[in-house]
Amino acid sequence: MSRADNSADASPAPPSYLELRDLRIHFPTDDGLVKSVDGLSFRLDRGKTLGIVGESGSGKSVTSLGILGLHNRRNARVSGEIWLDGEELVTAPPDAVRALRGKKMAMIFQDPLSAMHPYYTVGNQIIEAYRIHNKVTKAVARKHAVDMLGRVGIPQPDRRVDDYPHEFSGGMRQRAMIAMALSCDPELLIADEPTTALDVTVQAQILDLMRDLQREFDSALIIITHDLGVVAELSDDILVMYGGACIEYGSTDDIFYRPEHPYTWGLLSSMPRLDREPTERLLPIKGTPPSLINVPPGCVFSPRCPYADRTGDRAATEVPELLETRAGHGGHGGHGGHMVRCHMPPAERRSLWENDVKPMLETT
Amino acid sequence: MSAEPLLSVTDLSKHFPVTKGLLKRQVGAVKAVDGVSFDVMQGETLGVVGESGCGKTTTGRLITRLLEPSGGTVVFEGQDITHMSQKRLRPLRRDMQMIFQDPYSSLNPRHTVGTIVGAPFHIQGIKTEHGVKRAVQDILALVGLNPEHYNRYPHEFSGGQRQRIGIARTLALKPRLIIADEPVSALDVSIQAQVVNLLADLQEELGLTYVVIAHDLSVVRHISDRVAVMYLGKIVEIGRRKSLYTAPLHPYTNALLSAVPIPDPRGRSERERIRLQGDVPSPLNPPPACRFHTRCWKAQDVCKTVEPVLAERADGHQVACHFPENAPAVPDGVPEPTAG
Ligand SMILES: Nc1ncnc2c1ncn2[C@@H]1O[C@H](COP(=O)(O)OP(=O)(O)OP(=O)(O)O)[C@@H](O)[C@H]1O
Ligand SMILES: Nc1ncnc2c1ncn2[C@@H]1O[C@H](COP(=O)(O)OP(=O)(O)OP(=O)(O)O)[C@@H](O)[C@H]1O
Ligand code: SF4
Ligand SMILES: [Mg+2]
Ligand SMILES: [Mg+2]
Repeated sequence: MSRADNSADASPAPPSYLELRDLRIHFPTDDGLVKSVDGLSFRLDRGKTLGIVGESGSGKSVTSLGILGLHNRRNARVSGEIWLDGEELVTAPPDAVRALRGKKMAMIFQDPLSAMHPYYTVGNQIIEAYRIHNKVTKAVARKHAVDMLGRVGIPQPDRRVDDYPHEFSGGMRQRAMIAMALSCDPELLIADEPTTALDVTVQAQILDLMRDLQREFDSALIIITHDLGVVAELSDDILVMYGGACIEYGSTDDIFYRPEHPYTWGLLSSMPRLDREPTERLLPIKGTPPSLINVPPGCVFSPRCPYADRTGDRAATEVPELLETRAGHGGHGGHGGHMVRCHMPPAERRSLWENDVKPMLETT
Repeated sequence: MSAEPLLSVTDLSKHFPVTKGLLKRQVGAVKAVDGVSFDVMQGETLGVVGESGCGKTTTGRLITRLLEPSGGTVVFEGQDITHMSQKRLRPLRRDMQMIFQDPYSSLNPRHTVGTIVGAPFHIQGIKTEHGVKRAVQDILALVGLNPEHYNRYPHEFSGGQRQRIGIARTLALKPRLIIADEPVSALDVSIQAQVVNLLADLQEELGLTYVVIAHDLSVVRHISDRVAVMYLGKIVEIGRRKSLYTAPLHPYTNALLSAVPIPDPRGRSERERIRLQGDVPSPLNPPPACRFHTRCWKAQDVCKTVEPVLAERADGHQVACHFPENAPAVPDGVPEPTAG
């Protein structure tokens, strides 16, 4: 599947720090081909935060592992383009991609225990990571590790640096993992459910920390979560994923105040909210998320969509394109504006939102 | 409200021994639940919230007698069941069922849905009018599953459907009280809403009483009539949903509520937040007196020496704190020590 030979028609490097073009990640399995990511495109600049939301199995983690080049090429079929600071990674040799990890891009994993080695102290793991990219003595690297642990709010970092991961509490481990990910000052940081395993008071501390650190290091940040509250707190832009593809993309305001995809409406209305008077009933999305082996034909969301019959047969036969519904209003990362993948005409969607959906969310 | 509570828990505790070495010498105890009291009235929903490890699940398991209490009493339907033998407990078990946290591990993968949901009929020897199969199919329909799913296996279902199977199993015996331990936390938001609505419908239809244990404060607010907040094995605040959420009395409740991320990006800059420092201390060595004093911004010396008792401060709203929030100041600073 090498694309090196047709480099003549490869597209030119984009201006954004990170750009995905039609990324596809498929896994051949005994049950069939799992299309975990199927045609994903987005852009992200340094200093900006992109939130990726979606239900379990929508392809969020597979995407992030794909960007870092962490899929095993023997069982994952990766195609499309991933441009990071002018370099294309899908066709790049694995060694070249590996060299970018740590310094250019780093990841915070959902489960810190699985990402940290149990037999090495927290400090040693940060020191090793730092010394791969920086020619410094052990002593200098150690001082850096202590600094980083202090920065992420570990008390008495000069003592705790010699602890093993299991000696840290859940919240401290997540902080240590952030310290490790940030130790080489990465330009792109991907945080995959960084707070899902944590208690709400600790989650709040970690979200503050990520916000501060991103400002300070001016990195590009991708935050992956199923919690709409978390993305609302941190993101400039939001990408809503469903069944391996983006179904809506826009500024945080677009997604929360003028969403146009019925799935996004469903997410917003199925969630109980602390900031509103409690409603009598929640408004769930009927049915369950799609199988990625037998992806529903036409619009992936059509079997669950209450408006599917408004577009006749098209819902079940034709895959809707991701189209711009409102131009980007520059200054806001400014990318591509508000994009929606739905057969309904924009005017119809907007009227449904204003007249049907939004009032339901606000009634008590 | 003078009616008898359906469930009454008084000073309930569970201390797990911590042992060391080959001889299993006891070196300490995890005070997982340490003096918890509350009542649940027929037909109401009590929500129990708190951070990981505060003792929510242990409380549920003590009430249903899956664990033997170390102290205190549990009175259900007017009978003291705290140390009742399993034999005498059996008829009462029907009336009190537990829904478990994990819809994946709580169903036997080798049994069909029919066997799983029908098991309680056989175990309890319940007579059915039209046979067990028909009764099971009725329950499947009640929880929104297709009665034709009778011969299918759990792995053929999604998480939300498995949670429905779990609920169907508890309903088989027509219980009066259901203890639901994180019934929706393993589910996606869209499915979560389906199960939350189902629980509400069943409550209405069958007159069920719920104790719902969860860490998600928004879900708990949605489904509860009253809410209890736990911290390190103790209830620190309990009250009606509305007063607890709009005017929390305990600093911890206030901090918890203010830490929840709100899906309203415009408000994010002006929102006032209380940021607690550090993590929850270990239940092996909980801080003395008020267990929250190590993280509390209002703590005074008295908080480190005198344990605040759970006392009513507003109508039906109790708090265990020397300096509660949203409440008139305690006269003369030093409150009375624990009354005997
Ligand atoms: N190595 C693999 N082989 C086959 N299928 C895979 C593999 N890795 C992931 N998948 C499948 O790809 C889909 C997307 O998985 P992914 O982990 O990206 O979901 P996610 O959106 O991160 O979900 P969650 O919110 O549960 O973390 C799932 O259906 C998963 O089973
Ligand atoms: N069988 C046991 N033996 C020893 N300690 C236990 C046992 N069961 C629970 N504990 C401890 O008791 C405390 C309370 O646990 P419990 O499971 O009740 O917490 P929880 O509030 O349900 O937490 P979570 O939100 O994580 O489910 C914890 O510190 C736990 O480690
Ligand atoms: S008793 Fe003191 S330490 Fe405890 S919550 Fe109240 S003010 Fe804080
Ligand atoms: Mg994931
Ligand atoms: Mg629990």
